[in-house]
Amino acid sequence: MNDFEKNLLNDFQRDLPLTPRPFEKIATQLGVTEEDVIEALKVLKEDGTVSRVAAIFKPRAVSESTLAAMAVPEDRLEQVAEIVSHFEGVNHNYEREHRLNLWFVITAGDRTEIEHVIDDIEARTGLAVLDLPMLDDYHLDLGFHLQWN
Amino acid sequence: MELMELSDRHIRLINALQDGLPLVSRPYAELGRRAAMSEDDVITTLEELLDRGLIKRLGVIVRHRKLGYRANGMAVWDIPDDQVADIGKLFSAQPFVTLCYRRPRRLPDWPYNLFCMVHGRDRDVVQQQVEKLAHDCGVTDVRRSVLFSKRCFKQRGAKFTCKPNTAMAAE
Repeated sequence: MNDFEKNLLNDFQRDLPLTPRPFEKIATQLGVTEEDVIEALKVLKEDGTVSRVAAIFKPRAVSESTLAAMAVPEDRLEQVAEIVSHFEGVNHNYEREHRLNLWFVITAGDRTEIEHVIDDIEARTGLAVLDLPMLDDYHLDLGFHLQWN
Repeated sequence: MELMELSDRHIRLINALQDGLPLVSRPYAELGRRAAMSEDDVITTLEELLDRGLIKRLGVIVRHRKLGYRANGMAVWDIPDDQVADIGKLFSAQPFVTLCYRRPRRLPDWPYNLFCMVHGRDRDVVQQQVEKLAHDCGVTDVRRSVLFSKRCFKQRGAKFTCKPNTAMAAE
């Protein structure tokens, strides 16, 4: 990864310019052209380094969400993970080292929709889902300063 | 704390933002087309949502695993209820803590009520950071665990339809 890409990733995780041509403003700061910035973002998105250029909403302010966990027998983990990932409302789904080995986030317009997803996953897998909605947010900031190897 | 109900304009823009910003020269104009509003209104509405704290940040969302942040530890703690807010704020002040939430216990399956995420390149470093957190915040005596991530089955931005009756925000 070159310095231009590193700066693009690190310096613009927040405060995307609120001007009609934000990528041009970024380009000026980085000493490249607007087209360079747009093209680099497309390439980084394509290779999976960038998820998207987007707004991160305050949790539970404009939507409902929960962190859910399941204890899945090892030999069923992939199959169950696939069922879980298939739901539109599931945006993160990870295996973790614990008896409760599958952890996922469900986001939806309201709490009822979340409960439908949970009920549906339980019905399809025959396994219990632990529902752990956020009660308080003490911190929300994944836009931390990146360390390069 | 004052409750603010979102207007139709806010909700249209929140829903149009689900797929992120289009990578074009004038992304706010394009968002405006999706939300049936002008480029100026998109920018003004984004400013309002940022000012009110409903949007925590607007920018490039990177996938940390792809950049080598493979040790992703979810540290969970059983903190007495009357101390959890104070401890949560102390944890959040540490630069290596990237998320910190209170969640319900689900006894007997799940005894932990405070969750914080520690991202690092190296598992040992994450363990040491959690150790330091416990020591510095005076919670070495509480039950805790670190759940490291193994496989990532799915990771993308949340998709939902914002509904007027649930779209209420503090502050």
